[in-house]
Amino acid sequence: MPANDSRLRIKRQGDLLHVEFVDRNILDEGNIQLIGAEISALVDAAPKPKVLIDFANVDHLSSAALGTLLTINTRVKAKGGQLRLANIDPQIYEVFVITRLNNLFQIHETADSALKSFK
Amino acid sequence: MPDPPQIPPDRDVVTLCCERAAIDAIQDRVLAVAERRGFSKESVFAIRLAMEEAISNAFRHGHKDLPSDSPITVDYEVANDTIRIAVQDQGPGFHPEAIKDPTLDENIEEPSGRGLMLMKAFMATVRYNKVGNRVELLYRKPATPK
Repeated sequence: MPANDSRLRIKRQGDLLHVEFVDRNILDEGNIQLIGAEISALVDAAPKPKVLIDFANVDHLSSAALGTLLTINTRVKAKGGQLRLANIDPQIYEVFVITRLNNLFQIHETADSALKSFK
Repeated sequence: MPDPPQIPPDRDVVTLCCERAAIDAIQDRVLAVAERRGFSKESVFAIRLAMEEAISNAFRHGHKDLPSDSPITVDYEVANDTIRIAVQDQGPGFHPEAIKDPTLDENIEEPSGRGLMLMKAFMATVRYNKVGNRVELLYRKPATPK
């Protein structure tokens, strides 16, 4: 996949991967599949992945995107890694609360707080 | 302050295929009308989310065994205080009560099954026809303190 097709901006900070989204709306199923595949490939390539997914630019997110986050979480856990989510808009956070996924994911208000929480 | 004049609802029936541009266009059209009628940013978020889930369920589940260019129908009516949206697919339908509760511990890590729950959480009512291939969403504008 050519790099310019990516819907993600990925910053490497030591052994941490800081992932941000290009799009404000994470709704399109094709894009969600691409995002899932790209993050999964990064997770698979790391011995003990430490991944921060940063929602700073995101206004809307669908249940299909939640499904992809769950798949990534399962992959990270299987490798003994750590996944953090941060900068979630209050309305999107409500979606996590309704689905109880706020209890499953480690969610931080800011990227800084999430980055400091990695062990 | 006198009540605002009663403007007739905006309504339309649109047929669309599974293309992102068409899905975005119908959502943007409904939401533009809603914003003109004073629906808040929070309402717009709720309506976009519910429309997205209803439309993506129609294509992903309703049309999974149909040709990819099979269209669905979206029927909407935006009034001053309510929005009604119906999404109908051409599939065989499903039984919404058969969907597992995704918030139970045993299902919480399942990657699917949250669309219906989100529609119910954000809409006043979510109703399926008997066959289960048409969903009707009703959103009521929250009352604002006077």
